[in-house]
Amino acid sequence: MKNHSNQLSNLMLAAMAALVLVLASCGQGNKGATTGALGSNAAQKTYVAPGSLDEFYLFTSGGFSGQIGVYGLPSGRLFKQIPVFSLDAEKGYGFNEETKPLLQTSHGFIPWDDSHHPALSQTNGETDGRWIFINGNNTPRLARVDLSTFETAEILEIPNSGGNHSSPYLTMNTEYVVAGTRFSVPIPQKDVAISSYAENFKGALSFVKVDPKTGRMNVEFQVLMPGLNFDLASSGKGPSHGWTFFTSYNSELKNSLLEVNASQNDKDFVAAINWKKAEEYLKAGKAKDFPANYYHNVYSDETHTATSTQLKSVKVLIPSECPGLVYLLPTPKSPHGVDVDPTGEYIVCSGKLSADITAHSFTKMLKAADNKEFDGDISGVPILKFESVLGGTVKEPGLGPLHTEFDANGNAYTSFFISSEIVKWKVGTWEVVDRQPTYYSIGHLCVPGGNSAKPEGKYVIALNKITKDRYLPTGPELTQSAQLYSIDGDKMELLLDFPTVGEPHYAQAISASRVIPKQKQFFKLSENKHKYVTPTEKDAKVVREGNVVHVYMTTIRSHFMPDNIEGVKVGDKVYFHVTNLEQDFDVPHGFAVMGATNAELLIMPGQTETLLWEPKKEGVFPMYCTDFCSALHQEMQGYIRVSPASSATALKWWLGEEKPVQ
Amino acid sequence: MKKQVLNLLALLMLLAAIGCSSDKSEPAAAGGDAAAKPKSMVSDEPDPLENKGVGPITSVELGATVDQAMADKGKAVYDKMCTACHKATEKFIGPAPTGILDRRSPEWVMNMILNPEKMVKEDPIAKKLLMEFNGSPMANQNLTEEEARQVLEYFRTL
Repeated sequence: MKNHSNQLSNLMLAAMAALVLVLASCGQGNKGATTGALGSNAAQKTYVAPGSLDEFYLFTSGGFSGQIGVYGLPSGRLFKQIPVFSLDAEKGYGFNEETKPLLQTSHGFIPWDDSHHPALSQTNGETDGRWIFINGNNTPRLARVDLSTFETAEILEIPNSGGNHSSPYLTMNTEYVVAGTRFSVPIPQKDVAISSYAENFKGALSFVKVDPKTGRMNVEFQVLMPGLNFDLASSGKGPSHGWTFFTSYNSELKNSLLEVNASQNDKDFVAAINWKKAEEYLKAGKAKDFPANYYHNVYSDETHTATSTQLKSVKVLIPSECPGLVYLLPTPKSPHGVDVDPTGEYIVCSGKLSADITAHSFTKMLKAADNKEFDGDISGVPILKFESVLGGTVKEPGLGPLHTEFDANGNAYTSFFISSEIVKWKVGTWEVVDRQPTYYSIGHLCVPGGNSAKPEGKYVIALNKITKDRYLPTGPELTQSAQLYSIDGDKMELLLDFPTVGEPHYAQAISASRVIPKQKQFFKLSENKHKYVTPTEKDAKVVREGNVVHVYMTTIRSHFMPDNIEGVKVGDKVYFHVTNLEQDFDVPHGFAVMGATNAELLIMPGQTETLLWEPKKEGVFPMYCTDFCSALHQEMQGYIRVSPASSATALKWWLGEEKPVQ
Repeated sequence: MKKQVLNLLALLMLLAAIGCSSDKSEPAAAGGDAAAKPKSMVSDEPDPLENKGVGPITSVELGATVDQAMADKGKAVYDKMCTACHKATEKFIGPAPTGILDRRSPEWVMNMILNPEKMVKEDPIAKKLLMEFNGSPMANQNLTEEEARQVLEYFRTL
């Protein structure tokens, strides 16, 4: 046996060597990475043996997929796509009656958004594995995903916003998730000439309070800023806890050809908001009630149903009336990323068009504000002198700096879009200590806990915009990608490429040990408070109310109760309320019925879900379980008879033996 | 070397096949007379009234008379969690529990409720039942030990 396996492994080694030779002869672009990964034991470092678990979860934004991807690290294995601002026919998300309300907005039912920045909840500046928040950029929204179920638990529309980009970037104890508007807009909205931008357009920075027990969000207040475009944000930590910093561009206050017109000024601004001060102003009654129109949608694990509430007003603070609430920090040039280091002292800003990385000092900022070292103001918001707040500069580290994450050892990692690389530098001495290429055009990057006060370190993940020749081609549309680098040593080491679904803007990672203990395995039937729950097979029934038919149905391995239904008529609205009676881990049942114009149901154990079916023609139509549940899964099926609208077919249902007419 | 491996595999498959066929050829272990039979040293067929099954329950004390309060609780649990597959007096998806303690030990019954996945893999009687009932698995409804004990007491009243 031993000889045999030796022979085999020799053969495999030879094959691998041949493969290496072939790969090495491929395009120049690949060369560095290929030798980098195979020149060491990179494969060992990312190998998670069959049956073993990954050490970290990685949550990637789905970008224009509106979802969150859930991956394992270091393997790069994909576990789940969590639908958030999207429809997911696989799970019935956005199709079943229970989840439809989650996608309600003041513009109606909006089943898509552009989700950019996941943010793991924190306690004492450390990721705690309770929730993950993510922004919806297009129709401004914020979502909360519950990490005990990995399902969307809440979506809050953001009023007075023109695109929720600088969001969620939460505070050290998840007191607030923030929502800064990318586009300034007339507030309240009105019909005005676009060219009246400078006069009529404002930028709202929203502070959304998070209930520490339930996670529920509400817009606590908004700060009404001049018509800047707010880009990204970072909340303070340690000494700077109580402040949130937003980058902005378009200090030129232009409304057209921004590519040129918003790139004129040498410096734009970081807006530093003192939210503890804002709370004082709120208490003192300084906030104005602005009319608004926005939706708050919450899913309940007890009723297994989401509800929508429409809200009509929001509290607004005007900076010129609230001294000390906001300061503007001049920052070169068109700053994109802003990232507060783990100590809370440095506010690291990456000017897309700047050659340098600028770090403002929080201590200096406070001092400059106290001493009123101002360089004018915009609409009553004081601008601090650049020299008074500057903490340090990383000189010419690369081209097109975007975002920075940190490890626990005083190192910073900045992504460079134009020069396609990650640059490692020292916070405080500002010296560059390492650089590694990325393939290609990195946007955000992620270190586990790398934006918190307590980074976990170990890896940096590059989130790339372009893959070109890195994967098997799939027509004009190519996959997006992530790359995993070890940061344990002095030098970063590329370990792994893996594809991602949708454009991964930002991602966050967390030790699996912080998430695993919170996992829900199934929902207790005895706690199911769904309006149409069928707690046992005896309770199964079919009820007609005019042309609405409610089917109270159950599933268990492997049959539906009832599985034969008669008396449904053309033109009826049939609601299948399906309760999964299983009380065990990993036993969902699916429900599909022929001609359904929406999707299937995928019902977790102990849960109830509802599918609306509107039969358009008479006949007998099959239904079946879609999720392989047992050896007799294929037999889990039934029929619904649909009679003409005028027929007198009696309503009846059964399983096994046909019952007399009810 | 390869040949040896193949021989070993063939041997294993043969053993497995023998195991299967011997399972099928023996009569179902049901009825009171099984208990009276002396235990054979070679047979892997355990005495169904002695066999405690596989799982957390190693001994159950049954009272001389039925504890009616406990049985009532058991019926409530049974009606809620078990009736999708079991009818008290007739074969449905799974077997009827009436008279179960004439056929099985109380420990076996509770282990079958509490640990069905392992039982149908490791317990010879449960394995056979799985085949008899068309491979339809006994669902683990995650009852507590207390609830399973109550259900057992209810079975005594059937």
